[in-house]
Amino acid sequence: MMLRLGRWFGWAYTGYTFLFILAPIAASLVFSFNADRFPSLPLKGFTTEWYGGTFTDPLVIEAFQRSVMVSIPVALLSTILGFCAAYCDFRFDFRGKSLFSLLMLLPPTIPAVIMGLGMLSYLSRISLAGEVWAVLISHVVIALPFAMAMIRLRLAQMDSALEEASWNLRASPAQTLWYVVLPFCKQSLVAAFLITAAVSFDEFAVAWFVSGLNETVPVRVLVFLQGQVSPVINAIGTAVFTSSIFLVAIGMAFSGMGKAKRAAADSPAQPAAGALVSNNGLSL
Amino acid sequence: MSSNTSRRRWPLLLPPLLWQLTFFLLPLLFLFVISFWSVVNFRLEPDMTLKNWDFMLSRSSFWSAYGHTWALALGAAVVTTCCSFPAACSLAFTVSERTRKLALMFLVVPFFTSYLVRVYSWQAFLSDNGIVNALLSLVGLDGLPMLNSDFGSLVGYVTLALPLVTLVQTMGLAQIDRNLIEAAHNLRAGPVRTLFEVIMPLAKPSLVVGALFAFILAFGDFVAPTYLGGGAPPTLSNLIIDTTKSGQQWPRAAVVAIVMILTLVVTSLAAVRLAYGRRK
Repeated sequence: MMLRLGRWFGWAYTGYTFLFILAPIAASLVFSFNADRFPSLPLKGFTTEWYGGTFTDPLVIEAFQRSVMVSIPVALLSTILGFCAAYCDFRFDFRGKSLFSLLMLLPPTIPAVIMGLGMLSYLSRISLAGEVWAVLISHVVIALPFAMAMIRLRLAQMDSALEEASWNLRASPAQTLWYVVLPFCKQSLVAAFLITAAVSFDEFAVAWFVSGLNETVPVRVLVFLQGQVSPVINAIGTAVFTSSIFLVAIGMAFSGMGKAKRAAADSPAQPAAGALVSNNGLSL
Repeated sequence: MSSNTSRRRWPLLLPPLLWQLTFFLLPLLFLFVISFWSVVNFRLEPDMTLKNWDFMLSRSSFWSAYGHTWALALGAAVVTTCCSFPAACSLAFTVSERTRKLALMFLVVPFFTSYLVRVYSWQAFLSDNGIVNALLSLVGLDGLPMLNSDFGSLVGYVTLALPLVTLVQTMGLAQIDRNLIEAAHNLRAGPVRTLFEVIMPLAKPSLVVGALFAFILAFGDFVAPTYLGGGAPPTLSNLIIDTTKSGQQWPRAAVVAIVMILTLVVTSLAAVRLAYGRRK
């Protein structure tokens, strides 16, 4: 009886936890359609005014274009560099390897404000601060660890006999990499691309420091937030949420998490979810 | 084979290594360097002076910001850990694997909404005429001041850290050998005793690592203390932003940044030692 009571209490409590986590997201969705400027109860009526205002604001449109323009090369570069780092960590033994991996994985644990200040002072020294390049460079630094972690997880599932067989058949290391390893990692590469694109699309703090006049979408939101009450924030937030969930859903489908679930007892889906998580948890 | 291996790893090793050295390590080292530079006519001049360090570290406002940030981050770590533990236990021990997977997926959802938007959304809940106070007045209670206080900051930190901490704890708890819990039950340990003497020691690494994540996230965050905490008294990240954005005092801001990094490194090392150290 006691135990069952405890169990019900646990479930109710867990329900409240999820309510706490999801409430701000849900509220933002609801208020993005609320006619009242001020987010309060009771709701005033249904309107799409805020969405209309958002998607005709030239600053928002420009920011959106810039975010897309930055996130695609960021995702490409992070995925390539992340693959190189993950493969080195997987295949080679060398002195200082743990230092190497630490250097690759550390950036998300550095507070964004510090990264922002470091990037600003350093990049302005080489005349890059205030340019779109500065945002691109900083975002690759932040996103690369996520790509590396995801691809490393996939490599861990690879039977090393595959590569040895390829070498025995006189394929060069480069050929082995191209014809054996890369195809094996294909899904995780696509997943890493989409996740790192999402990381770049959501990052605001470092971009705020280094972007100058070249605002990205989240930097634009921060500027709105510094201004005043603005339901436009809810509209942008909801639109971005919908599109990044879409990206991530595709990413998860590609990463083969569905298949992995059916695999062995200790499902790799869980560490993969962990890798997804650190995502914005640490950078945002 | 060995020489072959070492030759062919460079094309793969060098690009990421050079990238992170040039654009991650160097900027952080550069922060340390400019903390000794001076500002002349709003321009940064290479120098070798301790006056920025002296300026920052001799002010009581810096140390009160330091103490405030520490207290808030510690509070965030404790509150988040305590709030997520019952949920993590419930998810790890009482629900089916299917439900757990679904719940874990919901825990990942917040990471794909902008943290900024969620903080803005909390303003609508916590303001004096906000949703929480409207609900309180429905049941005949007086309104509570919640926004622009440390409570507001904590709500933001918990929003930021709770999903991650719950995930870490759930994974840690789910790996505990059920036989040990059965054994405790068979040896007539009550639920409370089992919790404190079997489950918590076994889950210690995940509890400590989760708390460390919450601490690190809260320690560096500037959004919650600014937009939910009201910005006063300032935290270290507020201090960095104010010092950077007004008056070009980058060297002074760099001093704050270096102190923050050192604090985080020491705290992390202590936490990792606590988590994985030998059990007595």
